[in-house]
Amino acid sequence: MTRLAVPKTYKLYIGGKFPRSESGRVYEVSTAEGAFLANAAKASRKDARDAVVAARAATPGWSGATGYNRGQVLYRIAELLEGRRAQFVEELRLSEGCTAAEAERQVDAAIDIWVWYAGWADKYVQVAGNGNAVSGPYFNVSTPEATGVVAIIAPQDSGLLGLVSVVAPALVSGNTVVVVASERSPLAAISLSEVLATSDVPGGVINVLTGSAAEIAPWLASHADVNALDLAGAGDLDWIDLQITAAETLKRVLGPEEGVAAPTVERITFFTETKTVWHPKGII
Amino acid sequence: MTIEQGIALAPAERATQLIGGDLTEKSLRLHLEGLPGVDAVGLEARAASLATRSIKTTSKAWALDRIIQLIDLTTLEGADTPGKVRSLVAKALTPDPSDPSTPRVAAVCVYGDMVPYAVTALGGSHGIDAVVGGVNVAAVATAFPSGRASLPVKIADTRDAVQAGADEIDMVIDRGAFLSGRYGLVFDQIVAVKEACRRADGTFAHLKVILETGELNTYDNVRRASWLAILAGGDFIKTSTGKVAPAATLPVTLLMLQVVDDWHRLTGEKIGVKPAGGIRTSKDAIKYLVTVAETVGEEWLQPHLFRFGASSLLNDVLLQRQKMTNGHYSGPDYVTVD
Repeated sequence: MTRLAVPKTYKLYIGGKFPRSESGRVYEVSTAEGAFLANAAKASRKDARDAVVAARAATPGWSGATGYNRGQVLYRIAELLEGRRAQFVEELRLSEGCTAAEAERQVDAAIDIWVWYAGWADKYVQVAGNGNAVSGPYFNVSTPEATGVVAIIAPQDSGLLGLVSVVAPALVSGNTVVVVASERSPLAAISLSEVLATSDVPGGVINVLTGSAAEIAPWLASHADVNALDLAGAGDLDWIDLQITAAETLKRVLGPEEGVAAPTVERITFFTETKTVWHPKGII
Repeated sequence: MTIEQGIALAPAERATQLIGGDLTEKSLRLHLEGLPGVDAVGLEARAASLATRSIKTTSKAWALDRIIQLIDLTTLEGADTPGKVRSLVAKALTPDPSDPSTPRVAAVCVYGDMVPYAVTALGGSHGIDAVVGGVNVAAVATAFPSGRASLPVKIADTRDAVQAGADEIDMVIDRGAFLSGRYGLVFDQIVAVKEACRRADGTFAHLKVILETGELNTYDNVRRASWLAILAGGDFIKTSTGKVAPAATLPVTLLMLQVVDDWHRLTGEKIGVKPAGGIRTSKDAIKYLVTVAETVGEEWLQPHLFRFGASSLLNDVLLQRQKMTNGHYSGPDYVTVD
């Protein structure tokens, strides 16, 4: 007996909830061969606005948590990813048309990267921070701190690995994230949202929008309450214009990446601001 | 405790005209309890349908500016200081320093002891009628927010604020007395506080009567309390103190507007309405504007007849306003911290 197919219509992930797009729009996600796979929400600028509000609200809690705590929370996500391994492999195989072995390699790499970044949460400050020698009776210490809300255009060609390689580093230092998933293969991002919703990450720390990056990116670039912009997946967009727009509000901007961004500490420290504290010593 | 039915109440002008010269607890009760009951389902459905209107572009720009002009910018915290009041006044006068075309709010609303600081800080811009772009000072009085004080204390509280220069008095009714059916007591207190609003030159500070609808339990009670407050001489009826949840809701405000409309048809007199508490976004505030325009008419959308009691609403309106002016979303870093 043949079973009736259950086509899914996915939603966005904003503030720890799964709302439909404010615009009510959806678009079809297809397999690499062009067959129907699922419906995904097509986010509008107002969804992006709501996501930024949610991300901003989550900033104090997430950046205020200790690095050790953030590391544990991030590591827990890797554990959950591992538990859903088969689902991610299947989605990648269908939407990106790769072999099962290739899909497995991608999922493994994504989980490994997540674990790698999770480990940095309580260590990057020691590496990037510094005690400064000053000519006065002061301790002078510089430490990197989260910059705030980071808007990310995820790589278009790598649904899971690409996404993880840009989202994880922004989270390490305590930033909150609004990420526009790959338009063509958003399923991995949606499944990641489902992982996040059942993990220990507070709602609003990661917000996932699906839909057209070309439509949403300009609104995120010009949004005055976004502190930084990662254009990793914006290579096909008018990303120079996005950079110019972002400069209006002095955002930190990372340019487009070819393929998948390699895991580096620089990706963590790029989304931080340096706080320098002068503390008097030897007052008697 | 039994309620004495025959004792004559204070001869408030409106009540004697409507109910008759021999105004007693009994005649007032007969009148209030003779009011038709409220169709709760219909009221909520009507409010919900008014909340679905979509206001865009030029209408939205108009609405945002009008909302600002209707705001009673409020700080009613135990931790208020003269400095906090001064910064509130600065914000009332210049809501958005990056855009001088932003209108001023209608009033600042503070506790009675903060009135002198507000008046000093306003200086030449004091008084909505006195100067163009002027800002009034409203003071909460009568043992706000509970209203649990004896009448002489409430009267003294009111007099003190009026003498210090308050243009508007926000009084709370005695909900305990109202809910136990002692309408006459509530009535007499409003009349007495109204009298305490009289200035040396014979003019009156505007009296807003806070019904605290969140404690009145039923729509019928809200309707009765609205009539009671109007009959006793209130210039405005106000939903809530903001200290009790639920505060202002759209159905309750709609109901109060209906009472105001009835009164206007009956006497030609215009009474103001002030929803307060819980209105935090421009979107919410626009729903109220629509409700006012559809219930009593657009002529009520002016500071003498409609106000928002709010503190955080102004910042949201300013953000929306900046978005309309600049074409991109603004953020909380671009408005003042409350």
